[in-house]
Amino acid sequence: MTFEILILLLAAAVQSGTPILYATLGEIFTEKSGVLNLGVEGTMILGALAGFVTARLTGSPLLGFFLAGVVGSLATSIHGVVCLIFQGNQVVSGLALTILGLGLANYLGTGYVGLSAPGFDPLPLPGLAAIPLLGPIFFRHDILVYCSYILVPLIWLFFTRTRLGLALRAVGEYPAAATAAGLSVAAHRWLGVLVGGFLMGLGGAYLSLAYTHLWTSNLTAGRGWIAVALVIFAFWRPGRAVFGAYLFGGIMALQLRLQATGTQVPSSILLMLPYLLTVLVLVFSSWRRGSGEAPAALGINEEPVD
Amino acid sequence: MLPMRVAKRQEPLGYWGSCVVLSVALLLSLLLSAGMLAIRGTPPLEGILTLFRGAFGSPWALEDSILKAIPIYLCALGVAVAFRLKIWNIGAEGQFALGAIGATWVALSFPDWPKFALLPAMAAMACLCGGFWGLIPALLRQKFRANEIIVTLMLNYVAILFLDYLVYGVWKDPASFGFPMTPVFTDGAIVGKIGTSSINWGLAHCILLGLVIWVFFRFTRLGFEVKASGDNVRAARYAGLPYNRLVVLVLVISGALAGWAGFLEASATVHRLQPSIMVGYGYTAIVVAWLARLNPLAIGFAALLLAGLRVGVESLQLDLQVPAAFGGIIEGLVLLTVLAGGLFTHYRLVWRRPG
Repeated sequence: MTFEILILLLAAAVQSGTPILYATLGEIFTEKSGVLNLGVEGTMILGALAGFVTARLTGSPLLGFFLAGVVGSLATSIHGVVCLIFQGNQVVSGLALTILGLGLANYLGTGYVGLSAPGFDPLPLPGLAAIPLLGPIFFRHDILVYCSYILVPLIWLFFTRTRLGLALRAVGEYPAAATAAGLSVAAHRWLGVLVGGFLMGLGGAYLSLAYTHLWTSNLTAGRGWIAVALVIFAFWRPGRAVFGAYLFGGIMALQLRLQATGTQVPSSILLMLPYLLTVLVLVFSSWRRGSGEAPAALGINEEPVD
Repeated sequence: MLPMRVAKRQEPLGYWGSCVVLSVALLLSLLLSAGMLAIRGTPPLEGILTLFRGAFGSPWALEDSILKAIPIYLCALGVAVAFRLKIWNIGAEGQFALGAIGATWVALSFPDWPKFALLPAMAAMACLCGGFWGLIPALLRQKFRANEIIVTLMLNYVAILFLDYLVYGVWKDPASFGFPMTPVFTDGAIVGKIGTSSINWGLAHCILLGLVIWVFFRFTRLGFEVKASGDNVRAARYAGLPYNRLVVLVLVISGALAGWAGFLEASATVHRLQPSIMVGYGYTAIVVAWLARLNPLAIGFAALLLAGLRVGVESLQLDLQVPAAFGGIIEGLVLLTVLAGGLFTHYRLVWRRPG
């Protein structure tokens, strides 16, 4: 009996970890190119709204999911304009994007609060879903979860095996050398910002289309910030991001279950858990590795050349 | 090819030039905000007029704006102290909550104390609690190199939930019909109003604390060390400045100032502790501090402007049914345009010569 509960909990961990995973992958992509984007929270919620509204209007959650990515890229392009063209401070610009994104999503989404939209339902993978233990945990989810399984190795391959991926990393590590080698720092950083934003938007859409199927204000509830912390925990590696995301998914799922069982612990204390865990995880990973793993040019603007 | 390119200025942009850039940036953000109003079918011109009339159009509106500017000013002052050292304290919101909690604890524990003893004790406790909330990220940064942006931000959520826990639980007023709020403070725990106006003495606290911070940066050795280290961390370390201790110092001062704002909000504005005091002043403070380029006097004007926009958005909500979240849009746009305008401090646009 307790074993079954544990399996259910782990499956729930994968599900609630998936939006964080998408967002973390997006931020890894952006940071690899040397751009720090603290606008994840704002980008995610804009993606969540775009996905929700599209799915509601067209009846197609898949189109919603895709458009959420496009809107995510549009949102982070603001960060690109401010930091890559106007040389604005990356920390402050990201914060501004989060303030703007949260405001915009809650503003435009006012009429949709409490409404539902067609979303993604679980689609057990034939064969794989029947595997004991692994099946129920990993292979009885919706299609977006499976997409994230594929995305992780793809991003890893991109950064380690392709010319473009290596160029992107070079620009994030040592822009002067990359320039000398004939690479355009700005172009590669734009790529990092836009693709990263696309993934963050997808993470947001997962929340509104697969996790809740309805729109509420402040749907993201800090998940974007958790993603920023997870990038450090993951040492900028997609594979490690999976562990981090599911760890957080687990604690969120656990906290929901505990509330449902009517424990003595007040709900506000339970709700603190993911945020406290973020601090703990951050402290632990920073302490073990320091910031040595970060792209060396992270957060530093390139002087425009005449 | 774009018809223009940027070229480095011989000297950074002067005072008047900066004013022009700032005005253009603010105007642009206003224009974009008006566009946002139009998207939802609100007449943009009427909307912007309502916004400003609601913020500064009547003595009553102006007083309301000043009242909201008080907590924003103190939070922004604190944020600016940390930003001077390039320490990104995003945690004013949580430090504000802790300050309100600390002050409330004193107010509820010693209700019979006379005003001259109770108010200073509440302020001191608020600073202590807010400062403590700033000390945590400072120590975690110092000992484990943990990024202060994320820690301060996460502690915001924790602080707000802790406040909820208190007012929904142990501190709940038995006579509040189930509403989450503490009992009303006794007279001795309330910061009064100035004369017959609706503005409280918190305004005087702002002026006083602003002066203290200005003196700190202008005339004290420690203030100079913070500024020097902020301008160039490596050079400061090389010169033997105690960088790590300065980090702790600025975050504690930062937290204490936000905590003071929390004390004023509980004591002077709502006379009790309730979740509705958490309306995001701590985040607005970041916009204000950056807009004012961390200058204590300029922070005063920027705080009044942003507080005014908040009050104006309330009238927009009442008169034209614009959602309250519109405030976040304006704040985000203001910060983004001002940030982009910063390019012109060191660069100018020149036409590309043909060929």
